[in-house]
Amino acid sequence: MIDQILMLALALFSLSIAITLYRVIKGPSMPDRAIALDTIGVNLLSAIAIVSIVLKTKAYLEAILILGILAFIGTIAFTKYIERGVVVERKSNH
Amino acid sequence: MKINDVILRTVTKAVVFIILTLGVYLFFAGHHAPGGGFIGGLVLASGIVLLYLAYDIETVHRGVPFNFKKVAAVGVLLATGTGIGSIFFDVPFLTQTGKYITLPILGKTSFSTVTLFEAGVALTVVGTVVTIILSISEEEEG
Repeated sequence: MIDQILMLALALFSLSIAITLYRVIKGPSMPDRAIALDTIGVNLLSAIAIVSIVLKTKAYLEAILILGILAFIGTIAFTKYIERGVVVERKSNH
Repeated sequence: MKINDVILRTVTKAVVFIILTLGVYLFFAGHHAPGGGFIGGLVLASGIVLLYLAYDIETVHRGVPFNFKKVAAVGVLLATGTGIGSIFFDVPFLTQTGKYITLPILGKTSFSTVTLFEAGVALTVVGTVVTIILSISEEEEG
């Protein structure tokens, strides 16, 4: 029973990633694409967690942490580029 | 143009320490579990990149006064230095050794020269990744 539920959840996460990928490609504006990429990161992270339950292993937990960190930093870099046109500033303007 | 980014800076102050701790953990876990010098170096570099994103180059250089090209060079020197050290013991280049020592608190702990090699790899990865990201994200003068 629990196996069928986990497989159904994996299929639904894959469907969700596919739908979000459409938004990344089609997305009318750049902020849409940034948010869609962040959503893909979160869905991928949940899918890895379910795979790690299905395989009964703890080896994927570091992958989940690193994927979360990279999705966070990537979203910040995207939003900063969209907002200011530059990713790393040379000097403070405060 | 002044932009209010107090939320990003406050979150960064807390999250950077979590990321750096995860990087150091991955570096030491690499002996018997997933991890190692390359992955640990990448996570450490991503923490430093997060600092550069939230603040700016001058502020970060006041707190982290490293020339990252020199960090990469020191890493390569350390990694190949452990390889050269092995040929003085009449064994092939890059041969590594190690043994188990019983420590008072930690118990049976494995010490090996692979850790020094991995430290070199980690320093190389940190220096290279930060140098690449600073080079490609620099705003043009004028």
